[in-house]
Amino acid sequence: MSRGAAEVSRLIAIVGCGRVGAFVAGELSRTGIGVLVIDRRESAFDLLPPEFSGFKLHGNAIEMAVLRSARLQEADCLLAVTRDDNTNLMVTQVARAIFAVPRVLSRVSDPKKEPVFRHFGIEVISTTKVTADCLLAALSRSGGSRP
Amino acid sequence: MRILLVGGGPVVYYLAREFIARHHQIAIIAEAVAEAQALSRRLRALVLHGDGSDPRIQEEAGSRRTDAVLALTAHDHDNLAICQVAGEIFGVPRTVVLVNDPENEEVFHRLGVTMAISATSILARLLEERIGFEAIDELFPVAEGKLLIAEVVLRPGAPAVESALSAITLPKVSLIGGIIRDGEVLVPHGPTVLREKDRLIVIAEPEVQEEALQLLTGERP
Repeated sequence: MSRGAAEVSRLIAIVGCGRVGAFVAGELSRTGIGVLVIDRRESAFDLLPPEFSGFKLHGNAIEMAVLRSARLQEADCLLAVTRDDNTNLMVTQVARAIFAVPRVLSRVSDPKKEPVFRHFGIEVISTTKVTADCLLAALSRSGGSRP
Repeated sequence: MRILLVGGGPVVYYLAREFIARHHQIAIIAEAVAEAQALSRRLRALVLHGDGSDPRIQEEAGSRRTDAVLALTAHDHDNLAICQVAGEIFGVPRTVVLVNDPENEEVFHRLGVTMAISATSILARLLEERIGFEAIDELFPVAEGKLLIAEVVLRPGAPAVESALSAITLPKVSLIGGIIRDGEVLVPHGPTVLREKDRLIVIAEPEVQEEALQLLTGERP
């Protein structure tokens, strides 16, 4: 509890419990932040670390009924990290416009979709770009040519 | 009108065929190559294949000069992205979605889609209403279901037969919008006396429709 009450009272909703979602959920939960993970495949929750202490909700996050039962209006932040860009685009917009979630962040896989998210003012992390940039940076550091 | 259809299956084919027959210019984005090929063989339309929510594909399909976009895929999240790319990025004035989850009708309106239609809720409404009253021939909801328009026939012995309209007190927010008698349309006035076999166009809010129809036809749902 050394991180303080303010941190403890926060609730972060994560849509998509794949490798990225499960990892982020595990890390956040470890620091004492309240986490709610939503995934339409129940088996996805197997990826969560055993010590994960947050909530798990089995359901499709593009259904209003599911988001209502998640009590999304109480979340401080929503991370949309499914593999499907259009699902992320819809979930972040619904969270912001209908559930008034103060901060939404989305993962984008297809760089072509990035301008669409930006157009709607949604913060994005382009996983393809980030990975590519890291690879290119590593290459330029090591030279990448035979001695 | 220039219309862009995005999706697949028989709906897209028949809609495109119908629009072409009405001299509209049609472009289609189908997801699968094979389907795109089949459609382009059968229709006089520009057919592309790919992700209809990808701005570059929409640009290629002529979204910038399109008057209306219809999103008809099986996934609501894809339909929303298709409409938003068309409406917000390319300025398409009308975007229409066939939503799968009826709850998304309202959600999509709030997110800027011009028209979201749910086949599920239309069918559910039609069925419920029609099962209720045998005498109803036609029924359709308008203003997102806030008003229902029904066509009912007055059978022999119906309470409204031989009554003047001024003598019938219908519930609030319900009215007789027209009378069809022997194939002719009569504009209803207070002194108009209803007869057997008259067909009445009844406009009512859903909450009072049952009461209004019962008052006129004597039938119970």
